[in-house]
Amino acid sequence: MHSDSESDNGDGTDENGEVWNLRLYVAGQTPKSIEAFANLKEICETHLKGKYKIEVVDLVENPELAKNDQILAIPTLVRKLPEPVKKIIGTLANEEKVLVGLDITPIKSR
Amino acid sequence: MNKSNNIILEKSPSGITGLDEITEGGLPKGRPTLICGSAGCGKTMFAMQFLVHGAENGEPGVFVSFEETQIELEKNFASLGIDLKRLEREKKFLVEYIYMERSEIEETGDFDLEGLFIRLAYAVEQIGAKRIVLDTIEALFSGMPNEFILRAELRRLFAWLKNHGLTAVITGERGENTLTRYGLEEYVADCVILLDNPVINKISTRNIRIIKYRGSSHGYNEYPFLMDEDGISILPITSLLLEHEAPNEYISTGIKRLDTMMGGNGFYKGSSILLTGSAGTGKSSVAATFAENICKNGQKCLIFAFEESPKQIIRNMRSIGVDLQPWINEGLLKFQATRPTLYGLETHLVTIYKIVNEFKPDVVIFDPISNLISVGSPDEVKSVLIRIIDFLKNMQITTLSTSLTLMGKIETDIGVSSLMDTWIDLKSVETNGERNRTIDVVKTRGMNHSNQVREFILSNEGIKLVDIYLGPSGMLTGSARVSQIANEKAEKLERQQAIEIKQLELKQKRRAMEAQIEELKSKFETEKNELDRAIEQKKLKEQVLEEERKMMAQIRHSNGDK
Repeated sequence: MHSDSESDNGDGTDENGEVWNLRLYVAGQTPKSIEAFANLKEICETHLKGKYKIEVVDLVENPELAKNDQILAIPTLVRKLPEPVKKIIGTLANEEKVLVGLDITPIKSR
Repeated sequence: MNKSNNIILEKSPSGITGLDEITEGGLPKGRPTLICGSAGCGKTMFAMQFLVHGAENGEPGVFVSFEETQIELEKNFASLGIDLKRLEREKKFLVEYIYMERSEIEETGDFDLEGLFIRLAYAVEQIGAKRIVLDTIEALFSGMPNEFILRAELRRLFAWLKNHGLTAVITGERGENTLTRYGLEEYVADCVILLDNPVINKISTRNIRIIKYRGSSHGYNEYPFLMDEDGISILPITSLLLEHEAPNEYISTGIKRLDTMMGGNGFYKGSSILLTGSAGTGKSSVAATFAENICKNGQKCLIFAFEESPKQIIRNMRSIGVDLQPWINEGLLKFQATRPTLYGLETHLVTIYKIVNEFKPDVVIFDPISNLISVGSPDEVKSVLIRIIDFLKNMQITTLSTSLTLMGKIETDIGVSSLMDTWIDLKSVETNGERNRTIDVVKTRGMNHSNQVREFILSNEGIKLVDIYLGPSGMLTGSARVSQIANEKAEKLERQQAIEIKQLELKQKRRAMEAQIEELKSKFETEKNELDRAIEQKKLKEQVLEEERKMMAQIRHSNGDK
């Protein structure tokens, strides 16, 4: 499936100026948080280069923010834009699942 | 509780009527309690009552809801008269609604539930919560992937709750072979309470049982509970001991002769009375007369009517000159009329318990208690009756229960009658084409009661007891008694008349004799007179003759001598 998508979409990029607004919820500088952020950064650089924005919310500092996005698991990544809102949990180590979860059209690896 | 113990398990009053009694003080303070039960058995209600009670008594609480939203909860409990909004405004109560949509959550690597912990901690901190409810945490299993991580996190959660000194109530859905579907009991080891909602013979009952309570003794039975507009109330009636007071006061039956039959003063206050009899023997009438008399003395009477509606009873009792309506108006008399089959026995028990506690009567009447038998097996009924009677005795309430006997068969009552202090039996005796009522006191504990059977007459002036006729031909009642008495009267009269006749005869004889004497006397008088006269005449004649002779002699002398 992965290869199919690659060949279908080629190296096409989004031309209509789509913005990816991603919010990563963490709880302090834990190894899991750090790993998740690193993984996210890499995936975005690979597949959404130039059109993404990552916002990191540390719930230890702002616990009141957890309620709005119904956060239970840490780390949780919320795709605020484009809509609809999507949510994935975990350290984002499984790239394939991240792409499916965020509905990102993968770009052929460099 | 043993106060000499150094470490006493502190308890949080639950605010649920009766629960603190069976748990000897409430739920374990600062520890989690698991409430498990199937859907609709009252878990959320239980949890909410616990929180609200805390909120109103200086222990703010957080309701962590995985199922209902804040607005739903507010609405549901507003209909039960619980104003959650007010408590929220007063910062005594808070709902933390947790929503999960499994399909929205993709697992992409290692995670934990720190977000949940942060939310709980934040909510607790906001109002300084001492109590917390998780309703129901099991939703996590369906809302989140990776059961392995979830279980580890649950263990951490319960430890976290304990570390924060929160008195927690965790609800869990009943599993097929386990207490909870996901085995929460594995984590919550302090106190486990099971709510049950069995349907027997199409009648639903609610039971509560404390399965375990670490570090504390507790009641072990299944206790029935009631869920109504006042929330959950439990009737821990099986925890009663046989140590009720035995007062020496009396309470009149309202029927003078019946009082006399029991030593003159009536029933003992706080005793239990069984009134048995077959259909139409006047059980309800005796009960109503008793009730009226209680109210006349300014005491309160509560009647549980299982057969007739209050209006029907009032109308019917007017026919024997007992008017109950004024006493209802005065608030001294209360009717509680329900069909026994309306709900299960245990629910009846709890209802009775509740109403008695509210109304605080001096006398409770069950009319008829035998109707409860239709609700359960004899064993169950007996167990419930024992508890009712014990409970009322403990409250020093005099109890009169009527019981229907079928043509002298009282098997079901024999078990009950041993619980009763006084047993009065009403019978109807059929002789000479009519039916008459009799009453006798089978037993009455601690009283010198009459062993005589009395006839019992219902008239429009009330109940009257009369002596029955005991004669050579046996016991007679009703018109047989009346005719027997009449016969006796006639016989007596006859005997008296016979004597009078003889006396008269004697008198007449004497009079006849006297008359004869009179007659003889007068006859004699007449004869005597006649004879006297004859004698006189004879004497006169003799005199004349003598004079003539003398005269002749004189004449002869003068002639012859010359």
